Order: sequence, then structure tokens, then C-alpha cells
Amino acid sequence: MKAGTLWRRAAVFLLGLALLTGARAACAADNTPIKIGVIAEESALLGKSIIDGAKLAVADINAKGGVNGHQLELVVYNDHSSAADAVRAYQRAVQEDHVSAVVSTFISEVYLALEPWAARLKMPTITAAAASNLITKQVHDDYDKFKYVFEGWLPAPILAQAVCDSSKDLFVDMLHMKSAAMMSEDADWTTPLDAAQTVCLPKAGLQVVDHIRFNPDTTDFTPIFNKIEGAHPDVIITGIAHVGVQPTVQWHDQHVPIPMGGNSGQATNPEFWKTTNGAADGIITQTGAVPGVALTSRTIPVADEFIKATGKFPAFTGFTAYDDVRSLAEAMQRAGSTDPDKIVAEMEKTKMEGTLGTLAFYGRDDTYTHAMKYGKDFVLGTFMQWQDGKQVCIWPRDKCPNPMKFPDFVKTPEQHAAN
Amino acid sequence: MLALQILVDGFAISALYGLGAVGFTLMFGVCGVLNLAHGGIMVIAALVGWWVAANYGVGPYGGALVGLLAGLAASFITYYAVIRPVQRSRAIPPVEEEIFILTSTLLWGIMLQVGLDYAFTDNPVTMQPLLPGVVRIAGIRVPQNEVLIAVLCWAVIGLLSLLVNRTRIGKQILAASINPRALTLLGFELSHVYLVVWTIYGVLAGLAGVLLASFLGASADNAGALTASAFTIVILGGLGSVPGSLIAAYIVGYAETLTAYLIAPTLRPIPALIILVIVIYIRPQGLLGRR
Repeated sequence: MKAGTLWRRAAVFLLGLALLTGARAACAADNTPIKIGVIAEESALLGKSIIDGAKLAVADINAKGGVNGHQLELVVYNDHSSAADAVRAYQRAVQEDHVSAVVSTFISEVYLALEPWAARLKMPTITAAAASNLITKQVHDDYDKFKYVFEGWLPAPILAQAVCDSSKDLFVDMLHMKSAAMMSEDADWTTPLDAAQTVCLPKAGLQVVDHIRFNPDTTDFTPIFNKIEGAHPDVIITGIAHVGVQPTVQWHDQHVPIPMGGNSGQATNPEFWKTTNGAADGIITQTGAVPGVALTSRTIPVADEFIKATGKFPAFTGFTAYDDVRSLAEAMQRAGSTDPDKIVAEMEKTKMEGTLGTLAFYGRDDTYTHAMKYGKDFVLGTFMQWQDGKQVCIWPRDKCPNPMKFPDFVKTPEQHAAN
Repeated sequence: MLALQILVDGFAISALYGLGAVGFTLMFGVCGVLNLAHGGIMVIAALVGWWVAANYGVGPYGGALVGLLAGLAASFITYYAVIRPVQRSRAIPPVEEEIFILTSTLLWGIMLQVGLDYAFTDNPVTMQPLLPGVVRIAGIRVPQNEVLIAVLCWAVIGLLSLLVNRTRIGKQILAASINPRALTLLGFELSHVYLVVWTIYGVLAGLAGVLLASFLGASADNAGALTASAFTIVILGGLGSVPGSLIAAYIVGYAETLTAYLIAPTLRPIPALIILVIVIYIRPQGLLGRR
């Protein structure tokens, strides 16, 4: 064989090999899944629901063909509710695992630690439940830098407005209450919550007669209930999520005669009845969805999927995480890309039917930039009460006309008057 | 009225602190083991008791009994899997044994906490009250369970006192705490005494864990704080002194309760730590410590 022929054949072989390798690489690129990171505490009730909700959403999206022909892949990181762990997980997710978006924690302090990293690494990131208004304030104040940050739940001042709106209907109009004591854990999300409630509760007809903030490490709530009782409020408005079981059980065991309503994050979890041995009876809390109530056409089918997959109805973070993943996936689909700026631009246009209402985000010029929109046309939230082991929806009244029920030791103003 | 409320609440919480700390100090006084897995063992009792009661319908007393047995089992596992291998190791010089035991129990405590966190999540749980309902004492409303807990704690501490002072094995325990070598020379098996102490410790820690779970609730995250609380009380009372620990438990319990009622619930743990620093500065051996 001539040397020239040999070289020609070798060149053709190498060219063919290169083309084949390139083609395989291209095929591989086509099949490359789009990764979404989930950062939450696996052993916390609210954190577990975030992970479960995200998994369910990914499974549903993949079953329908994925996003732009790509399957979604979830990468889960346990942050142990620690800001340091969450930041490490975030860096790993973006820099090593090359995720295209992140759904994260229910704890405001942790999410606030991730916020500068989302800005620095230009990574679309959404929280399933963190409610501090500082999150959206940063986005509003320095949009170009922080525009990658979204809040997939209502910010604390809006949660406060929902508490006041529901209190007007439930406590003032129905139970003829006139005064309230606020009892909140000392955390980032309760500072704006309490500030807003201090203003809006009197407008709703409830004079605030006491305001107690306590360390989330508190285990003995006896002195707190004792002080509150001394102020003689008609209702205790709670702002708790880090704690839940202990104040509820001690309220029940000590027969504190004042109803508790407001926000009690852990009480949104269906396991709460079991972990409190039924002491939750009568507790009222704001939540996302309640068993059997169709806030949208998606609420009940998604809840049923949850029950099928995990054996139980999710905490509200399960619904928000499900909607968060869907909103990110739809934004990627519309953008036809995983480019962060394009995803953010499309996320801002989000208006989709979620599990809790119509999901949309406030715009650049709104006070709560990139937070979930609140209202009857968007997400209103619901209020539920634990009654005989069941979560019963009691507000908004047009969707939930169920009566409130309290344990025997609780005395409403009408019962006080009768005695 | 407020003074009475403080008196009643402080008494109950102090009794529970005392019960939790007595086993801890007895263990150090007799066996020379500063068990930093103490909180983990208490939490095992609390969580297992709650889990069995919640899932198998055995009622609060059945759950409490199972929890107590779980505490006892955890105590034996700690002794046989963690302490004895260190005590029997020829590679560890006798002068370094204490520090190895301290490190081993610290690591074991972390393992227990992480394991419990995995198995039960870190959400607090509360056992059903052994005695539901409330009783009025001089006009103040007190949960009957709180009264029962205070009575039970003191009954068990009284029984422990009887066991140590009036029984043959109790006298062996006392002798082992004073001069273990002499006890060995008299023909007594020291490992047998140690096993009895670990049994007593397991019962005390298990009971304290179960009562804590029915009073304030417990979670895997509490393990470190419970160890620190027992450690504070024992250092304040004097390492190895049971009466010292009981006095310290009441000082800490009332300091916390007074602070929570009169200043702010958030500042509850602060005064006990200030007292501890002052005592260490003025009397390093603690209130009733021998050395």
C-alpha cells in the first residue's frame, strides 16, 4: 500500500471517528436532563414537604415530556436548617452539579443567607415558604443585582393582612371578640408580621392588649401563657413556625382558656395531631390548602398524588414547592432556554393556575418585588382549624362555611358573658 | 398569686432537673464516667415512649414504661459498646482513660442525636400526660401532670437514697465511690458494682426523659441542651455529690423560673450560667463537691 493511500485512509478513519464522537456528544447533549436543586431540611416537617412537593412536580412534568425535550432531574441537599450548610449546598449545586434553578428552605434566616449567592452566581432561586419582607426588599432596592430571587409564598406583611382579614370575619364578626394578645417567636419573618398586625388588628376590631416575643428555643411556655392571661385578651394571635408542638401541648395541658389563631406553621402539617397527641384540637392557623377544599382545579388532584406517594396530605410547603417547580419549568419552556436572565424574564410573566390559586409574582415597581401575589384573583391563603383530628377549612367563608369548634376549656366572650 | 405560681412551677421543673442530674452525678461519683451522651439517652426514652404510645395504643403508662426500658437499654449499650472497651483497652494509658471516656461519650452522644434525628425527625414530640386535667392550688391553675411529675421525681430520689444507704449493694456503691481499690481488696467485684450503677443510671435517665416528654416535650435537637443542663447542675452542686446536685437543680430551676416570670422568658437560661461562673470562680469544687 502506498504511503499516501495509508494517510488518506487514516485521515478518513479519524474524521469518521470525530464525526461519530461529535454525533454521540450531540445526542448526549440532547438527552441531558435539566437539573433543579432543592435545599431544605429533610428531618423537619415543613422541609420534608418541600422535597416531596418538588419531587412530585418533577415526576408530573417528566411524565408530560419534560421541558423543551429535556427531562428534569432533582438534586436534593439537606441544609439542616443551617445557613452555613445551605450556602455550601448552594455553591455545590451551582458550581459542581450545574443546576439551572434552585427551590429552597422555609426559614427566612437561611434564605436571606442564600440571597447574595443567588445574585452573585446569577441563579434563579425561589423559596417555598420563607416570609421575611427583607427578601423582596433587597430585590426591590437593587433589582439588577437581586432579580434572580423569588418568594413562592406570601411575604410577612401580607400574611399579617390575611390574619387581620380573617380575624375580622372569624373573631370579631362571628365570636364578638374585642381584644387580642400577639405571641410570636423571635425570628426574621415575625418582625414585619408583628409590625403589620399591630396596625391592622385594631382596624379589624381587635385591640392589642399584649405582645410577647420569645426565643425559638423556649421549651416552657407556662410563664408566657400566665402573662397573657393576666392581660385578659379574647384571642391569642400566634406567629410561630420554628416552634409549634410545645406551645400547643402546654396550652392544652394547662387549660389556657383563650383560643389560639394566627400563624402556626407546624400545625399545617397533618402529622401535627399525632405529635401533639390531639392537643391541637381547636387550634386555628393560616395555611395553603386544606383536605377536601378545591382552591383551584389542581388542588385536589395534586393532594391525592401526594397522599398516594407519601401516604399523607402535605404541609402547605408541599403545595408551594410543587407550584414553584412548575413555574420554573414553564418559564424555561417559554424561554426555550436555561439562561438565567431569560428564565427570570419569563418567571416575571408567570400567570398560571397553581394548587393554591393563580400564581403570579409582583413586579419590579411593586413593594414586594418577586413575591407571590396576594388577593382573591391570585393566592388568598386559607385558615384551618383542627377539629377532632381533622384539618377543617374555616376561611375564606365563601369557600369554607364550616363552623369553628373549641375544646371545653376554651371560653369565648359569649361563654364568658353567659357565665 | 404570681409568687405562688412561681413557687409551684419552679418546684416541678427543679424536681425534673434534679432527677435528670442525679444519675449523671452518681455515674461520675462511682464510676468516674462523665457521660456526655446523657441527653441522648434521655431523648431516646422520650421518643421511643412517644412512638410506641402513638402507634400501638398502649396508653400513656404503657408508653412511659417502654420509654423507660429504652433508656435502660441505651444505658447498657453505652456501657458495653462505648465505656467498657475504653476501660479494658491496653493501648490507652490509665492516666488518659478519663479523657478517652469523655471523648467517646461525646462522640456517642452526637451519633445518638444524629440517629434520632434521622429516625424521628427533629420536631419535638410530647407524650400524653400521665394524669390529664388541671387542679386549682390556692387559686392558681396547675396541670395535674405537673404535680404528679414533682411527686414521682421526689419518690424516685427517695427510693434511690434508701437503696444507697440501707441496702448491701448500696453500701458497695458508696464504698466504690470512696475507695474502689479497697473494695476490690475486700473481694468485691467492681465491674458488678459498675453494672448496678449503670442500671440505676438507665432507669433514672429513662424516667427523666419520659417525664420531660410529657411535661415540656422533647426532640433529637434537645440532646445537647439536656446534657449541658445536667452538666451545669452537677458542676454547680459539686461533681459526684448527689445532695449537691439536688440543691443545684433547685437553684437553677428557680433562677430560670423567676427570670421567665419577672424579666423575660427569652432570658430564662442566663441567670443559671451567671451563677455557675460565679461558683466556679469562688468555689471551683462546686457547692458540696469534695475536690
